[in-house]
Amino acid sequence: MTSLTLHKQITGWGRYPRALCHLYRPERVGGVIGTLQHAEPNGFLPRGLGRAYGDAALNSEGGIILMERIDRFLAFDESTGVVRCEAGVSLADIISTFLPRGWFLPVTPGTKFCTVGACVACDVHGKNHHHDGSIGNFVRSLTLLLPSGETVRCSREQNPELFYATIGGMGLTGITLEVELQLRRVDTGWMVVDYVRTRDLDETLRTFHERDEHYLYSVAWLDCVAQGRGFGRGVLMFGRHATVDNLPPARRQNPFTIPRKRDKSVPVDLPEFVLNPLSLKAFNGAYYATHPSREGVFVDYNTYFYPLDSILQWNRAYGKRGFVQWQCVLPYENGMENLTRILETAQRRHAYPFLSVLKRMGESSGGILSFPMPGYTIALDFPIRNGLFEVLNELDKIVIEAGGRLYLAKDARMSAETFHTTYPQLPRWQAVKTQVDPKGVLQSDLARRLRLMEVAK
Amino acid sequence: MRGVLIVGATSPLARYMAHEFARLGDTLFLAARDMDELQRVASDVQVRFGATVHTGRFDAAAVETHEAFWQEVLRVLGGLDGVVWVAGTMDGLEDAFREPQAVRRLIDVNFTGAASLLTLAACYFEERGKGFIAGVSSVAGDRGRAQNYPYGAAKGGLSLFLQGLRNRLSKRGVQVTTIKPGFIDTRMTWGRDKLPFLASPQRVAKESVQIILKGKDVAYVPAIWWLVMLVIRSIPEKVFKRMSI
Repeated sequence: MTSLTLHKQITGWGRYPRALCHLYRPERVGGVIGTLQHAEPNGFLPRGLGRAYGDAALNSEGGIILMERIDRFLAFDESTGVVRCEAGVSLADIISTFLPRGWFLPVTPGTKFCTVGACVACDVHGKNHHHDGSIGNFVRSLTLLLPSGETVRCSREQNPELFYATIGGMGLTGITLEVELQLRRVDTGWMVVDYVRTRDLDETLRTFHERDEHYLYSVAWLDCVAQGRGFGRGVLMFGRHATVDNLPPARRQNPFTIPRKRDKSVPVDLPEFVLNPLSLKAFNGAYYATHPSREGVFVDYNTYFYPLDSILQWNRAYGKRGFVQWQCVLPYENGMENLTRILETAQRRHAYPFLSVLKRMGESSGGILSFPMPGYTIALDFPIRNGLFEVLNELDKIVIEAGGRLYLAKDARMSAETFHTTYPQLPRWQAVKTQVDPKGVLQSDLARRLRLMEVAK
Repeated sequence: MRGVLIVGATSPLARYMAHEFARLGDTLFLAARDMDELQRVASDVQVRFGATVHTGRFDAAAVETHEAFWQEVLRVLGGLDGVVWVAGTMDGLEDAFREPQAVRRLIDVNFTGAASLLTLAACYFEERGKGFIAGVSSVAGDRGRAQNYPYGAAKGGLSLFLQGLRNRLSKRGVQVTTIKPGFIDTRMTWGRDKLPFLASPQRVAKESVQIILKGKDVAYVPAIWWLVMLVIRSIPEKVFKRMSI
């Protein structure tokens, strides 16, 4: 079977960094296996829909296996809600196929334009992490293609160490071909949301702790520009799936039908001056002002989970140089102090994030390289400017001291030292990697940058 | 509820055509060589649409097996309302410029196989006095080009064959449709430089099924290819052979 490649420069969602890769796009499972027969000095890496922010799905001068065409549903049990599908199925496809039958994703990141295989590779979390943990908790089994050409199934019972190395393993332990996923039963496509506006960081965290046990979903938007008394103020959004009874009578007939929104698009790269401290202040102030505390607001699932998906190519808003998202998790112990240090350091150095999101995390899924741990996770979007990375290095130091870590799916620039210090289970992961991929066929720019296969000094 | 046979069902185009028929509630028989892939495609249609989907192995080039295959389809579906031929390949095109076996293989899969199976289908529908036959040909069959004429010749043969079938069967109430897609974003075009009017397999599938169900005779998909091919066909040979199209 001839299989042409495309030699092309690609990027992650943050559009930084860029990488020249050989793109393969198999259309059948046999084609994925066939791809590995080619000679690629820098090996191969599976890639979903390119929504990882940094270099997690880049492989400079190596092979990229686009998994988007390996997207068939293989089985679905209507009574238990367990779906078995190929790794290239998108979350959007899962929702549109199964929501009309009363099933929703058990965990979802902030975009539905990503593949289920990539979600497992990043062990993605959502607004319900404090309650349910990450997607790894809902994966029943995986079918992996190993570099040897062997196809293996793994689960908590079968090849468990490979299973836990693959969940959050950034696609480096094998090419995930199939995922068996437990979906969540829902009655409607609607959410009931309580908005709580807080005055400062203390109130923000307190409100989280007081209230989020009662909600499946919780998340806070933070005003990272506000200083002084308003420092750390934000809008908390507590949500749950609406039942049919919750719906206005007119909607009860078709509880899964939600209004279709017209997609907007950012047609060109916005110039850098658009996102300056003044405009950020204005935006943050306006967002805060227009989101007063309100209870029991009805929104459709798209509006609640995927507010940015309707703005196509919103990553262009950050300009040509792109942006990085810096997301860390900090243990609860001294969490308030550490969060304060991070936000203050960023402000003092005039690194104003355009968007900042705060969540609470619960227990880890057990994925060896999984990001989540109990604590606060904060995600900050920074357009790339001169001097930004020095600031972020300072923030990294705070995270190391706090005993936290950074999220690999978002990272584009942390140092190998930072990574090795903050992911203490790395040797355990390396043992699995060495076993299934002794020649290092599966690689990525991220893996090389973080020296994933090297033993820490 | 119709019974529809789709041949070459593991291709992206056929797969999405199967989606379109399944969405309408049809019962499907999907056929292809790669049985593992075929089962995946069939499961997908079943899970998504709750459709009844049968599968069977079919090798376009193995003409001697076609009669038995056809009987199997009729037995399993208990009668048939439509046949959609999507099977085709461009694999081996490079060799086909030099090697007799390679050019024969290309023509066998793209033309001989189609002519063979569709002959069985034609006789069946002719006797029943209803039904439809649709064949996916190609714009490549409209004019011989230096770059792909072995493939183009086979597709051109298929277009002509379908045209003849149409004229034979129209009096018997059987519709024959020729689909001529332009460039589709699949393995056949992947890795090639920017191609004009490149269309997604989903889009081509959706439009193709609409065309079939409307009972059209010949259609270019997307429709812009009608104009493109009108121009390309009208270039005098004297000029054309000096061009690098």
